[in-house]
Amino acid sequence: MSLMTKMLATAALGCLVAFPAAAQQITGAGASFPNPVYQKWGEAAQKAISIQLNYQSIGSGGGQTQIKNRTVDFGASDAPMTDAALKEANLLQFPAVMGAVVAIVNLPGVADNQLKLTGDVLTDIYLGKVAKWNDPKIAALNEGVTLPGLAIAPVYRADGSGTTFVWASYLSAASPEWKGKVGVGTSVRFPAGTGSKGNEGVAGTVRNTRGAIGYVENAYATQNKLVSTQLRNKAGSFVSPSTESFVAAAQNADWSTPNFAANLIDQPGATSWPIVSPTFILLPKDPKDPARTAAVLKFFDWAFSNGGKLAQDLEYIPLPDTVQAAVRDAWKAEIKGPDGRSLASQ
Amino acid sequence: MQQALSSALPAAHAAPAARRRGGPGGDSVFEWACRLAGVFVLVLLGAIIVELFIGALPAFRRFGLAFVWTELWDPVADEYGALVPIYGTVATAVLAILLAVPMAFGIAFFLTELAPGWLRRPVGTAVELLAAVPSIIFGMWGFFVIVPIMAQVVQPAVIDSVGELPLIGVLFAGPPFGTGILTAALILAVMIIPFVAATMRDVFATVPPVYKESAYGLGATRWEVMRSVVLPYTRTSVVGGIMLGLGRALGETLAVTFVIGNANRVSTTLFGPGNTIASLVALEFGEAGEGSLKLSALLALGFILFVLSFIVLAISRLLLRPRAKGA
Repeated sequence: MSLMTKMLATAALGCLVAFPAAAQQITGAGASFPNPVYQKWGEAAQKAISIQLNYQSIGSGGGQTQIKNRTVDFGASDAPMTDAALKEANLLQFPAVMGAVVAIVNLPGVADNQLKLTGDVLTDIYLGKVAKWNDPKIAALNEGVTLPGLAIAPVYRADGSGTTFVWASYLSAASPEWKGKVGVGTSVRFPAGTGSKGNEGVAGTVRNTRGAIGYVENAYATQNKLVSTQLRNKAGSFVSPSTESFVAAAQNADWSTPNFAANLIDQPGATSWPIVSPTFILLPKDPKDPARTAAVLKFFDWAFSNGGKLAQDLEYIPLPDTVQAAVRDAWKAEIKGPDGRSLASQ
Repeated sequence: MQQALSSALPAAHAAPAARRRGGPGGDSVFEWACRLAGVFVLVLLGAIIVELFIGALPAFRRFGLAFVWTELWDPVADEYGALVPIYGTVATAVLAILLAVPMAFGIAFFLTELAPGWLRRPVGTAVELLAAVPSIIFGMWGFFVIVPIMAQVVQPAVIDSVGELPLIGVLFAGPPFGTGILTAALILAVMIIPFVAATMRDVFATVPPVYKESAYGLGATRWEVMRSVVLPYTRTSVVGGIMLGLGRALGETLAVTFVIGNANRVSTTLFGPGNTIASLVALEFGEAGEGSLKLSALLALGFILFVLSFIVLAISRLLLRPRAKGA
């Protein structure tokens, strides 16, 4: 039996050496927000570079736990880990892709991207302080739009989620009151409104409830033809959610922060969409199995170079070239095999 | 069933002697395998309780007994209390029972007393099939069908008509989301009706016909027979069946998650959103890091739910026992 296994293993190894294209398996777990694009990349990478990705979308918290325990080859998290936590677990953190969050509404007579809102007003709505759609605060932003006297029904994610993290980050940036009363997290204590499970749940509840407002990843809003809103950005201009406004935000962000924990919320620039966020990959700096970690690096290297179109098809935003270059440098410098040599291929 | 088993047993002991082929070891191997299987369940249950309690210990230490009656659930500040989910769990389950029991009683009464013979089997089977529908189906049906009806028709009408009244008005106030405690209770009621109805039908059928016939012979109506003969005879078993339904309602997760509104606040109105223990645990588990206080608080919630369900099940066992033994 063991001889058999050995022989098989040798044969497999032989194959690997002889044909570097033999399928290499890698496993990852974590954030659900980027799950669609990771799955798409996985499919394409299997054909292109023979790396078979098994990604489990179990939530950012779960992803962090699993990579800390080294039960997967890489972890994925929407919220960046703190520097101290990364050091303790000996992990390298880098962004993989970016996404945008948009506000959606169900208001009779209001068209897509017609309603104008600000972070300030959104905070008041989610704090329950602005309770009617014809509130003077909303009316002042929307001259010429007939606003019904409906009660505002705020809808939020009931399950812990990266989308909530991004949304709460935005509201915190917009309002000190939100920061003090509620704060930022993958699940927070919403003082008003009702919760639904998943992006599809929020979208469904908003569609069902007249006067509802919710927040979802942009992909859900476009694919399901939901009515999104304009938002006022830091430069003071109102922008509609679009690929251009998302890319503008990414270009204007400061990526030189430690561990790539760039804050893409409310970036400067006249055309920047205010709610954009990167999602992160966590890799062990002391890989148990260097071959698999090398394959993970190869996978993301391929995804950076060739996966941009696939990501955009799914309404995600690829990283700017400068950031990709910086991430590649970090791989070379930080991910080393037991012999001290870098595992990154170039 | 039990009688059949016990009468079959001596025969089973005697028969193998004649055509035994596995040698004398076969019996004892079989006996030990069965014993192991039985003990395994016990050990598993014990291990789950112990594991839950150990996991919950940090939360119990940190918040003490006050955990049970604290309303706050704030993952950002790492402060947790169980009042909202406990309230939601008990409120939805009790409301569901209030809605389900009359309906189930009607079904059972119809099946045992009123239905013509040819209708009994199809209706009985339909009730049993209802019990086999996966809860996700009920959840989606609730979310896509019941919630819009509640939001657009039922709740606005109720809010306009009784929402302003003193005292009861409080129960029906608030914006018509469609989701909420009442909607969750409705879905739960539909889910537990088959259980309660099936138990009731079975225990009604255990009433010796001679009792009922005597009552009919004295000129009693169907309702009088039900109230004065069948119900007194089966009272404890009926309550036991209801408790069984309650146990199921307490632990239901998916269907409730879809329709309860998932807000960690205690709302006095029946239309207000709430949360149940099972639903909150399912929703928050993915984002609770290992060793975090949040995970511990979730496990503590699980432990509380375990205790709640255990109490309810124990009561139902206690009440169902005499009838099951044919006493």
